[in-house]
Amino acid sequence: MTAGNGRRAGSPYAPHTDADEEAMLDAVGADSAEELFDIPDEVRFDGEFGVSGTDEQELRNVMADLFSRNEELTEFLGRGHHAHYVPALVDDLSRRSEFLTSYTQYQPEIAQGFLQVLFEYQSMLVELTGLPVANCSMYDAATALAEAALLANRLRRGASGHRVLVPEHLHEGRLGVLENYLDGAEMEIGEYPMDDGAVDVEVLADLVDDETVMVYAETPTVRGVIEERLADIGDLAHDNDALFCLGSDLVALALLEEPASVGADVVVGEAGALGLGTAYGMGLGIFATREEYLRQVPGRLVGVSEDSADMRAFTLTLQTREQHIRKERATSNICTNQAWVALRTAMHMAWLGPDRLVGLAERAVTDARDLAARLDELSGVKAPLYDRHHFREFVVRTDQPAPAITNDLAGRGFAVHALDDHHLQVCITDANADAADGLVAAFEEVI
Amino acid sequence: MNFDQARFSRDDEYEPLLSEKDSTTVEVDSEGVLPDDLTRDELTLPALSEPQLARHYTRLSQMNYSVELGPYPLGSCTMKYNPSFTEDVAADPNAGVHPDRSDRTIQGTLGLLHGLQEYLADIGGMDAVTLQPPAGAAGEFTGILVAKAYHESRGDDRSEIIIPSSAHGTNFASAAMAGYDVVELPSDDDGRVDMEALDAAISEETAALMLTNPNTLGLFERDIVDIAEMVHDAGGLLYYDGANLNALLGRARPGDMGFDIMHYNVHKTFATPHGGGGPGAGPVGVVEELAEFLPSPMVRETAAGYEQYEPESSIGKVHGFAGNWLVLVKAYAYIARLGDAGLADASAKAVLNANYLASQIDLEVPYGPFHHEFAATSGDRDAADVAKRMLDYGVHPPTTKWPELVSQAMLTEPTEVEDKASLDDLAHAFNAAYADSDEALETAPTKTSARRIDQVSAARNPRLSWQALGDDE
Repeated sequence: MTAGNGRRAGSPYAPHTDADEEAMLDAVGADSAEELFDIPDEVRFDGEFGVSGTDEQELRNVMADLFSRNEELTEFLGRGHHAHYVPALVDDLSRRSEFLTSYTQYQPEIAQGFLQVLFEYQSMLVELTGLPVANCSMYDAATALAEAALLANRLRRGASGHRVLVPEHLHEGRLGVLENYLDGAEMEIGEYPMDDGAVDVEVLADLVDDETVMVYAETPTVRGVIEERLADIGDLAHDNDALFCLGSDLVALALLEEPASVGADVVVGEAGALGLGTAYGMGLGIFATREEYLRQVPGRLVGVSEDSADMRAFTLTLQTREQHIRKERATSNICTNQAWVALRTAMHMAWLGPDRLVGLAERAVTDARDLAARLDELSGVKAPLYDRHHFREFVVRTDQPAPAITNDLAGRGFAVHALDDHHLQVCITDANADAADGLVAAFEEVI
Repeated sequence: MNFDQARFSRDDEYEPLLSEKDSTTVEVDSEGVLPDDLTRDELTLPALSEPQLARHYTRLSQMNYSVELGPYPLGSCTMKYNPSFTEDVAADPNAGVHPDRSDRTIQGTLGLLHGLQEYLADIGGMDAVTLQPPAGAAGEFTGILVAKAYHESRGDDRSEIIIPSSAHGTNFASAAMAGYDVVELPSDDDGRVDMEALDAAISEETAALMLTNPNTLGLFERDIVDIAEMVHDAGGLLYYDGANLNALLGRARPGDMGFDIMHYNVHKTFATPHGGGGPGAGPVGVVEELAEFLPSPMVRETAAGYEQYEPESSIGKVHGFAGNWLVLVKAYAYIARLGDAGLADASAKAVLNANYLASQIDLEVPYGPFHHEFAATSGDRDAADVAKRMLDYGVHPPTTKWPELVSQAMLTEPTEVEDKASLDDLAHAFNAAYADSDEALETAPTKTSARRIDQVSAARNPRLSWQALGDDE
């Protein structure tokens, strides 16, 4: 049963000895495992995939070589997807196999540990949003936004329309996902304009009407602008019986106005900025809302109960909302979610604690302000483009062609995103702040 | 085997909540940072030291069962061992790049994605694969959107998706989210698609038939070629739910059976960790005719290297960026590690294990021949109670009371990673629990961290955060 390099010819993770296999075949009355397959000849596959199988050690070298083809650039990239320094504690403890190799807590008595972590994650979201109900994860900010719109539509059945209003400055991924999720519900999307990077509230007032089921706004926006008139936006939505959905992220929420205090009915956004890293866009969607919408919430909820020994215990609850019970009438089709990312995020938040979390958020404002000011001193550069407060990132206008600048910066070891011919976006966090001097110097060279 | 799960407790609580260990309120005074009216007043969160946190989470981990502790035979979930090295591969610092990086600077990332697209296409017998859907259900939704775009491109307005009653709940929910009416199909006496009922259900309104094969009883749909012909003759498409693909690796491919669209549950078939509920990934494969509708971006190889592109009639986005990258890396590494022979062997052993386990338990298995999973029945005993009692024998029980076709069903999928001794332990747990007294079943579990949990009061009086606990404790 061995092939070259001492490797079994079969799966290295199927532990059967020849003797065991024989005994098992005897027990089921078969001469070989092949006999157990009840597949008609006409659809039998007798070809090969052409994958040869690789030793673990050799494969790790192959994979390291592959990833080394990624250029090592210091990234000043954001646009709604951010990375902060992730402490070793998160990597270490989240990789404990008791967490990593478990599944959804269908048997809560044997899964108290993970349930408690998810309950604690939900509680942290409750604190940050001021809303009493938070689920234990959506896939990412884009799908969370789309689910919020579907929730708004379910609540407003009978209204004269099915329109969701979204800002002009919205990440194309979020808009694209929203379009796909709304298609089946025959909902439509309306866009409202920005004024100097923030919501043009006066124009929005003209656009919100009785066909609107939800108004969506973000702080910070995809361009890093801190929205200053959230309460006015919330009032506009509520005056027209629409929901106010606010998009944000966990770090921003630690500093900025509490969503509940500005009238947010649903908070969505990205939580993976804590605990995950860039991960090529992988995310963790926030979903929090008011108590009255509890039975319309998508996704899983962990609640408290008691066990037969009268001890406090945790369990998944209100599952009659979910697809495995309610099928086509479920609040969402979501089953597998991002629980392990939520665990990492909760660990990261706990590691920071309230002081350092607020401090991290304050740095997101001041570091962005400082870096923008330094770039603004360069000739042919205006930064930030908008005369607003910013969080982590800002738009830069350049006299020189922006794509050429990003190319030249890449040659000097920095990744910066070009929005169009004369606009760049620059993002700074604790993960890249120590390279800010180098970025400014490189910038000066290339313009 | 004797088993006692770790249990940290004091008074009437198990391990205290973080908020019970510390609750610190900080005033947010951001003078010089932001104007006062743009900031919150205060923030209350636990402030604990790293050693305290390390102990908190390590204790909680010990109060959690997992594949690395023992068998986890949840039917249709494919809880197989997750190779350790794949975690290290995914943690490679060069592997973590931002999605706004230019193609030229992330050839390693794009090379892996392209390689995985190809692997999955070959394994499923499909022509093109998108890696974007972040879970199986998201894959279903994506696949149905592709079907919808295909029909619409032909000016063909169809309103129905046909789904067997034994299908995963996500199938129904995904079809409904895409705006379709669901036509539920009964099973025949053998537990497979009822061909007469299918014939009656198919019409010019049929956009697609969603099918799991082997189905959720582990049975291969022997009439699949006829089924495909019937659906195609009516202008519909055939959708393959990949939840049970672990049964077929190297022996049959959905594409060869006539399926037009499929999703892969890479966290099941390709051994990426389930992480307490996710993340997973649900790539979608399609035949050539549907490739132009796949989500954007896809990755292709050109003379200048790998590049991302938008398919001609793309449905757009189903994830904000490119899906669950870390999961995709682990799946790629698993496939490359096993190769053809390893993948085929995984299926052989998964099917052998299910058949051996079924032969060793006293519970009846009404439907067969099954493959990687089987639905046993606990007869006049409550399957949920039997499952709770199984916990006391140190194993995770099967999926209970589903599919509904089998009364008191215990849907069991041991996967290929259990050896004979482990399967014998599992069989012992089945048989001992099944034979235990009513009292033993009703009071189970006793060996787990928590005793039987009251689900009704959790739902009747929802307390979903530590903030909600103040009043009644």
